[in-house]
Amino acid sequence: MSEKLEINKSKSQILQKEMITSNYDKITSGECKVSSTFVPGNLNELVMCFDMANNLPEINAIQNGMRKKSGGMIMEAERQGHSEDVCTYVKADVGQMAKGNIAPNGKPFPNPDLLLLSYTGCFTFLKWFELLREDYKCPTVMLHVPYDANGNPTKSMRDYIVKQLKEDVIPTMEKVSGVKFDIDRLREYMRNSAKAEDNMVWMLEQSKRTPSPIDCYFGGVYYMGPIFTAFRGTQDAIDYYDFLRTEIQERIDLGLGVSTPEGDMGEEKYRLVVEGPPNWTSFREFWKMFYDEGAVVVASSYSKVGGVYDYDGFRHDPENPLESLADYCLGVYTNRNLPTRVDMLAQNVKDYNADGLLINSIKSCNSFAAGQLMMMRQIEEITGKPGAFIETDLVDPRYFSAANVKNRLESYFQMIDQKRRGGGSATVAA
Amino acid sequence: MKTFIGIDLGSTTTKAVLMNENQEVLGRGITNSRSNYDTAAAVCKQEAKVGARFTMFQNELGSKDEGALSLLEGLERNFRLEQFLAELKILEDTCYGYLDHPRFKDFKDDLRVALRGVFTELEGEAPGIYAKDAERKSDFFRDIAGSRFMNIGERISKEADISFDHMLNVYDKSIIDIESLVPADEVVAEQLLNGLSRAVRESTDLNVSEEEARSSLKKVLDVEMEETYVVGTGYGRVRLPFPKEHIRSEILCHGLGAHMMFPGTRTVLDIGGQDTKGIQIDNAGIVENFQMNDRCAAGCGRYLGYIADEMNIGLHELGPIASKAKKVSRINSTCTVFAGAELRDRLALGEDRADILAGLHRAIMLRAMSIISRAGGITDQFTFTGGVAKNNSAVGELAKLVKDNYGDVTINISDESIYTGALGGAAFAHRAVVN
Repeated sequence: MSEKLEINKSKSQILQKEMITSNYDKITSGECKVSSTFVPGNLNELVMCFDMANNLPEINAIQNGMRKKSGGMIMEAERQGHSEDVCTYVKADVGQMAKGNIAPNGKPFPNPDLLLLSYTGCFTFLKWFELLREDYKCPTVMLHVPYDANGNPTKSMRDYIVKQLKEDVIPTMEKVSGVKFDIDRLREYMRNSAKAEDNMVWMLEQSKRTPSPIDCYFGGVYYMGPIFTAFRGTQDAIDYYDFLRTEIQERIDLGLGVSTPEGDMGEEKYRLVVEGPPNWTSFREFWKMFYDEGAVVVASSYSKVGGVYDYDGFRHDPENPLESLADYCLGVYTNRNLPTRVDMLAQNVKDYNADGLLINSIKSCNSFAAGQLMMMRQIEEITGKPGAFIETDLVDPRYFSAANVKNRLESYFQMIDQKRRGGGSATVAA
Repeated sequence: MKTFIGIDLGSTTTKAVLMNENQEVLGRGITNSRSNYDTAAAVCKQEAKVGARFTMFQNELGSKDEGALSLLEGLERNFRLEQFLAELKILEDTCYGYLDHPRFKDFKDDLRVALRGVFTELEGEAPGIYAKDAERKSDFFRDIAGSRFMNIGERISKEADISFDHMLNVYDKSIIDIESLVPADEVVAEQLLNGLSRAVRESTDLNVSEEEARSSLKKVLDVEMEETYVVGTGYGRVRLPFPKEHIRSEILCHGLGAHMMFPGTRTVLDIGGQDTKGIQIDNAGIVENFQMNDRCAAGCGRYLGYIADEMNIGLHELGPIASKAKKVSRINSTCTVFAGAELRDRLALGEDRADILAGLHRAIMLRAMSIISRAGGITDQFTFTGGVAKNNSAVGELAKLVKDNYGDVTINISDESIYTGALGGAAFAHRAVVN
């Protein structure tokens, strides 16, 4: 048996892991009703108003991916007839159900009491919940969020969402949970959310420093865990982000760069902005390809996928709770039109003094892979910095070709080096 | 003398380019990659050094008249002959070494006699193989010795009434050992001098004396070639015994190599054994952007190799057959395995072999065009590199597609295009020290 590597983990990473585990314990305890929902458009404050536990199937798929269990689950889903091209989050979830629906804490997931579809920018989400509804036969409520096609959500869009919340979503949740909606309770949670969001934005912006004290993609996955899942609006989240802030401040005071699973990274050589989610099945191997070369991700769109707080300063607003929930749903990264995403990423490249944009395109996610090449070209043009394109998958281990990804990454890093040095012309003489 | 060497470890062949301080390419070397990258790198580096000695000898002769060119041609052939004979001798001795294996104990002596017979014939044939105007299908020892061994060995074993399988078994074991040998500089020097003597003896139009030629060659051989900086690239690059800073991505090396061959290059297409790359470079050969096939080698060089195997013809025969097509069959799949099925299906339907092959060539170029599009399209000038660039039918299909999609674009293809990555590597090696 090979010797197990000692993995370096920060205290905040350990803490967030405990928080995620505690949520699984809550979901599987049988002591509260369970609502399933998605990370983009996650209405956690509202879910908490009904004393329900928040279960996020994407997070379950990620957990299964990182624990090397998703491959078998996906094959199970394919045996049931789901095509090779279907989103692998969906197939991991379907396969998990077929294999006994066991949560990462080892206990069986209860059937959800409610499927809350509060983000419709991804058409697959719609189909996913249709599938689950067939199996669970539980109430399903859909909050239709209009796509922000013009880069400027209108009042009518906001009103449309608020109307749905009032007339459909909240009454359904009251009915399922048996708890009467209390808007002051929602206000209180939103006040908490805003506090954590302030620290979250502070955290994201620290990677403007050189060297960056944090990695906003691979490290960012851990940092954003609590706020993107079942903790936004809780005192636990406030405490977590206070703690994280202190931890990062300590790194800054000590002049430390990025912390990796193998300890502090050596010299920071490349600063990148990354678009697209990471690969989860080979997460550590993927990250290693970056830190071994001294590459740090200073900003990523993935760290905005559960809510954009830095670009236009959005915070949950306790004074206008339902309107604020509408604004939150309209503003999640994947609901923004392509020109806005281009502007956001180009701004990141400039503000974070990055060497360029790297896109990790997802094989089984057609809805967001579309347009990425054009985005890259435009951002290259705006920033004058070179871009690069790699392809992996979310949780299907068959689609992670390590040699190929490494080859492209190394080429990209060397290309950045070459550009920095200015190259110099040479022609062959014989 | 300071030398700068680039080594490109491809999935099929390993290539080396050696340049001097003035960035003049003095020598090139190529060998099959085998399963041992270290050996492949050492062999092709030695080949590039030999090539450099030839270039220097040519410069030393200082004349490009027919006599000098004929001497050079004769020297090269006879040097290869010397090399072949030396390797043949080692192969024979290695074969005898394996006869001690318990498996052969009952017929060891018979096998030895038979082997001696095979090698005597092979030795006798060798001058003919390397005679002037003789055609050689390969320059690799393994290919030449292997095919002749099979031929002669089968006959002799039959005559001697011993199993050819035993003889083959001994050969198979031995050839692997031979392939791992890298001749020392002194051995190569001696082979060159012996080759020169043979060349002088067979030459009728020499305008230098043997003594003069020998003295010029000795002068060249006395020049010490310092490996000032070596850069490795290609898929096997991580296996090279080099420090990390001596290793460059093949995308950068192909970009720079294409720029050095054709300084006006802005877009490069490289179709190698297992990948296809579209690369954009600036006016200094610096990579601006690149795209390559991902997870799937559909439409790569290996695709053509597979098709050749399926049709039971040589890889080099594909292009000439396809060029005789009267129409281009529509082949939809660039998946190597599916294309095999499609090929058999079309043959069964009675379609012409040439037409099908033309369709297959077009299919891989359509795939390449897609990769180029992803990399940002084609900007004049366009340089095509990699093994597939030697296939005229593939080039013809590419030219049509380029014209249809991008209009009139200069398409550059070098005779030495297989060395593009190694040339870029050598240039990086030069830059690491000189710039």
